[in-house]
Amino acid sequence: MNYNWNWGVLLQDPYFQWIYTGFGWTCLVAICAWIIAFTLGAVIGVMRTLDNPIARGFGTAYVELFRNIPLLVQMFLWYFVFPELLPKDWGMFVKRGIPLPEFWTAVVCLGTYTAARVAEQVRSGIGAIRQGQRYAATAMGLTPVQVYRYVLLPIGFRIIIPPLTSDFLGVFKNSSLALTIGVLELTAQSRQITEYTFQGFEAFTAATVLYCLVTFIVMTLMQTIEGKTRIPGMLSLGAK
Amino acid sequence: MLKKVLLGAAAMAFVAGFGAAPADASPTLEKIKKAGQISVGHREASVPFSYMDKDGKPIGYSVDLCMKIVDEIKKELKMPDLKIKLVPVTSQTRIPLLANGTIDIECGSTTNNLTRAKQVDYLPVTFITGTKIMVKKSSGIKEIEDLKGKTVGLSLGTTNEKAFKAAAEALKIDIKYIMVKDHPQGMLNMENGRTDAYASDDVLLYGMISKAKNPDDWAVVGRFLSYDPYGIMVPRNDSEYRLLGTRIMADLMRSGEMQKIYDKWFNPGPTNIKMPISSDLKKAFEIQALPY
Repeated sequence: MNYNWNWGVLLQDPYFQWIYTGFGWTCLVAICAWIIAFTLGAVIGVMRTLDNPIARGFGTAYVELFRNIPLLVQMFLWYFVFPELLPKDWGMFVKRGIPLPEFWTAVVCLGTYTAARVAEQVRSGIGAIRQGQRYAATAMGLTPVQVYRYVLLPIGFRIIIPPLTSDFLGVFKNSSLALTIGVLELTAQSRQITEYTFQGFEAFTAATVLYCLVTFIVMTLMQTIEGKTRIPGMLSLGAK
Repeated sequence: MLKKVLLGAAAMAFVAGFGAAPADASPTLEKIKKAGQISVGHREASVPFSYMDKDGKPIGYSVDLCMKIVDEIKKELKMPDLKIKLVPVTSQTRIPLLANGTIDIECGSTTNNLTRAKQVDYLPVTFITGTKIMVKKSSGIKEIEDLKGKTVGLSLGTTNEKAFKAAAEALKIDIKYIMVKDHPQGMLNMENGRTDAYASDDVLLYGMISKAKNPDDWAVVGRFLSYDPYGIMVPRNDSEYRLLGTRIMADLMRSGEMQKIYDKWFNPGPTNIKMPISSDLKKAFEIQALPY
């Protein structure tokens, strides 16, 4: 291999700055997308466990649609096709009017995609609770909303914390696909540094370390949440 | 003691280095010989230098020139049935892939500059172009100065990106950028109105327009914002291999065959690009046609 190593490039101006802002965009895209994914995913997941066939059908359709299309394709569909389907003025607003159109497109795309995955976790979390819990709650006179609010969701979410961690990590890693529509996040900035300096191996090593760092922080955070919210003896409710 | 061991090791390495191969051997040619194949990197949408024809086969001006070199390598290695492995590359991957040995030669539309020369070597200049902007004819934009407050598409990892940003910065023009990953995406952004202008090498812009849905809607405008001489890329630190390529290029330029290949692709060319050879390029061919 004919390669001239130069680690110093990472600390030079403006490349350090690029990595820094790229990392910022990665975190921002991921966190905004996760907020959408978590709220929307919780709603869709609950819908899939309801008795109402329309709500169940809608939930199922959503999950199948969003998890069966590759994320990269969804990114292009949101960016290039979606604005063309709107009335002309609205389409132009989405393309040019809103500040940072690439950023918001990426957030919405990543959020709706991850929501399908979160919805499945939520559904399985609720499904893992013994039916007796639901019956007991209903027998105590709780309304269906109260059954979910006070019994099913608190236990269900506790059960799914470990798989949710994976999805939360996934958002950070999948956010790198946003570069295909022009968001200059960490991976895009590493490429940019490669093009300006041709020190690609150094730039991507830095990006790898930063991705590992952020995923490590997320894992620690989720483990802390899991530990803090644990109710002694509660998990046995999930097992038959 | 340690010194002796080191000296011994150095001497052995020295002997081994010479023993394994003749003194003038090229590591790249050795590698090609051993593998029984040469890996040729090509672009997919650099019209008309290196792009895909209807059957998905890479064709173009640079590809033709590369094949001349491949023919010579076949002769040199006495391997008439040397396999050719075609590897598609992008503006971002071409240099790392050449530096790490995935491809042995790159036939695209790559500007020869001094930063890149730290990682790769170049054969003689085969085309001369520069950065210009493509706009919608009806937009009335004529120069970079007209782009104040407008949105401009740039392809990540091109010399044009650097040249355009530098020019805009020097003129203190406030421009919003949208980064795209390749030329077709840049064109798509132009067609659906996300960007007001797209900056690239003028010849590539003409190529894009010649393949657009409505070629009459688009125009290439403004002055040159950079000087971009193209060359075929070869691995660094292999002067034997580079010499082979340089020799073939010089032969083609001396015999006038280079211009015939040029005319085949540019005047008017399969995509009707209609770019007769410029006096600069003609001169460059004459100067680089080194004698034996």
